[in-house]
Amino acid sequence: MSVQSVLFDAPGPKARARHLGLAVVGGLAILGLLALIVRGLANPDNNQLTADKWKPFFTAEAWTAYFLPGIWATVKAAALAVVISAVVGILLGMGRLSQLAVVRLLCGLFVEFFRSVPVLMMMLFFYFFGLYALGITGSALSLFGVVAGLTFYNSSVIAELIRSGVNSLPKGQREAGLAVGMTPLQTLIAVLLPQAITAMLPSLVSQLVVILKDTALGYIINYPELIRAGQNFASSEGNLIPTFIVLAAIFITINYGLTRVARLLERRLQQSKRGGKTPPADPMLNPALAPQAGALVGDGRL
Amino acid sequence: MKISKTLLTIAACAGLALSTAACGGGGDAGGNPGEGGKVTIGIKFDQPGLGLKEGSNYTGFDVEVARYVAKDLGYTDVTFTEAPSAQRETLLQSDQVKMIFATYSITDDRKQKVSFGGPYFIAGQDLLVKADNADITGPDALNGKKLCSVAGSTSAKKIKDNFASAVQLQEYDTYSKCVEALNSGSIDAVTTDNVILAGFAAQPQYQGKLKVVGKPFSEERYGVGIKKGDTDLCTKINTSIEKMIQDGSWQKALDSTVGPSGFKPDATKNPPKPEACS
Amino acid sequence: MDALRTLLSEYDVLAAFWMTIKLAVLSAIGSLIIGTVVAVCRVSPVAVLQWFGLTYVTLVRNTPLTLIVFFCAFGMSNTLGLTLAPTIIENNFRWGVVALSIYHASFVAEALRSGINTVPQGQAEAARALGLAFMPTLSTIILPQAFRGAIAPLGNTLIALTKNTTVVATIGVAEAAYVMRSMLEFNISLLYAIFIIMAAGFVILTLPVGIFFTYLSRKLTVQR
Repeated sequence: MSVQSVLFDAPGPKARARHLGLAVVGGLAILGLLALIVRGLANPDNNQLTADKWKPFFTAEAWTAYFLPGIWATVKAAALAVVISAVVGILLGMGRLSQLAVVRLLCGLFVEFFRSVPVLMMMLFFYFFGLYALGITGSALSLFGVVAGLTFYNSSVIAELIRSGVNSLPKGQREAGLAVGMTPLQTLIAVLLPQAITAMLPSLVSQLVVILKDTALGYIINYPELIRAGQNFASSEGNLIPTFIVLAAIFITINYGLTRVARLLERRLQQSKRGGKTPPADPMLNPALAPQAGALVGDGRL
Repeated sequence: MKISKTLLTIAACAGLALSTAACGGGGDAGGNPGEGGKVTIGIKFDQPGLGLKEGSNYTGFDVEVARYVAKDLGYTDVTFTEAPSAQRETLLQSDQVKMIFATYSITDDRKQKVSFGGPYFIAGQDLLVKADNADITGPDALNGKKLCSVAGSTSAKKIKDNFASAVQLQEYDTYSKCVEALNSGSIDAVTTDNVILAGFAAQPQYQGKLKVVGKPFSEERYGVGIKKGDTDLCTKINTSIEKMIQDGSWQKALDSTVGPSGFKPDATKNPPKPEACS
Repeated sequence: MDALRTLLSEYDVLAAFWMTIKLAVLSAIGSLIIGTVVAVCRVSPVAVLQWFGLTYVTLVRNTPLTLIVFFCAFGMSNTLGLTLAPTIIENNFRWGVVALSIYHASFVAEALRSGINTVPQGQAEAARALGLAFMPTLSTIILPQAFRGAIAPLGNTLIALTKNTTVVATIGVAEAAYVMRSMLEFNISLLYAIFIIMAAGFVILTLPVGIFFTYLSRKLTVQR
């Protein structure tokens, strides 16, 4: 919190009084907003806060039949997507660093295209593609749609992370590799990639949060993930709003846990930092993922 | 696009491997009689009174008919799977399910893609409104009102085209969302088949708050969706449905599921006589 | 080819993308405003506001956008009865914009905070030495630089926002994904053509944004 201490002086008596006033006003405004929402939820015509609407959450069945299978389906799709995306992303990232211009261009096109298309549309496409072109049936189909949609987007993101990770390593690393007689590819695989991958580990964990959230889109193609499961629960219990609140709480808990893990990894890596700079765990803040005009060509330093 | 192909294969394999592992090798959803008597049937999961998943239980009229027919056809192990309106044809064409009992109206359009057994029930499009609503008496009273229906269904469009051109349409992906919106007062009416609406009106949390207007303005013949051209299965289903009607199970199933809502099906049309298979 | 032409005459793809653009532009403005307020709260000297900023970012960022859209459509609009427009179509659209703004504001706030971190401490110290209070320091010295430092993550957020507009299809706003879904439902034989057209639309929408932001960040980067 070093920023904050720099932005303002240690408050004197006047400022402290003013801050207290602001705190009270701000606090009251927030409390007022909350009170309005609670009052709206509890309005007599359509009370969302009755025991009837909340009791169903405290039955074993709510969890064994709806929420836990939903969480499992969500985690399953997210885990598959992150593993496959990591593998494909690393390959694509290597492709973008290739010495062959053609490979660089193709991988660049692939990455730029799939980064631009909304995940929701890709899920819709792959659902039908899986059905008609690959002949996948049964419960595997919607899982395939979700995982494929997530994978195409996220492997592109990871490819960019890899590329920037390698590019941010000190030049000496590569030069040393070449000097001891390794080929450029060997240098990449044995020297540069391991460092780049370690450095982007926190980003990868953060990307898992993005993937988990995006899994929720799978309900459009009938994937039985958490939100779909929750909606089915809500229609048998008639408590749509309370269910949304519980669903949000579950997502926030899981994702907050993952964010903490990412931060922890980030800090660890910064402490034992050698060579490259650790990029911020948050993928949105990562300059490597910033839109790039010249991205199609890539800056292929290798 | 070599990469994408490899990737697809990887993803597909991973997906398949995982799902078959998870459901214990029950990958063949369609199933044939004799294959251990297993069958997968598509139903609605969110329509109280017709097809509702309650925990690990399935209840409703569609489910009762499905169970009766499946048993009659020699299946001992019935798996129910969700068949949302927009995906019913796809589910059948791709063999994900053998039969669909999901308020599936027989239409010529759909017959291009799938075949039907039955019908086992004749419903009609109607309106669901708040219990104290007096001004919506039928579809032509909907001008300027807010009407909710489900994306991919034609019932709302029908009203706009034929009865009330100034109606405002809201589309959600499930009826339960429509009914919730109706109950909270943000829309004025929900439209779909009367028996579906009755199922919602009878749910404990909506009891006494909602009512079906009771002037059906269409005829919806609920059939059993099957793969196109499977005449053999169609004939068997029809025999089974006739048997169900004759031995009183049909009436019993109706009374125990939709009955409590006070809804009485149109007696001139129900119980229906199954159509000839083609 | 004929089938494709009939399809395109039947569904107004351009109108759908125009809806996407409207959603994206309005939500971008909305999220920039909310996000700036939240970011200012997070670095303010008042503990309650700091707490509010942190809570906002933590809660909103970890919730799927789908749920936030549902909360707005069902919680705020239906249950609390807060309608933003008399007609359903307009009401859904406006709540869609609100939901998108709320969600992306958390990313804007984080981007700004990272931007504030890029401003050297000396700047703030100098401002304080001149006797500026917190708000003037922030608004005249720190934030202008922070925005420039945060251009890349803000560009990321804008592109993500453009793509995320597809999620409001779930409450019946007729934007690109909604139209794609209806097209696929009735014309599955044109699967590839439909996907390519819709995907190309998004490439066309996001690519210029990317190029523009690259240009901006090159031009505006504060040389240190």
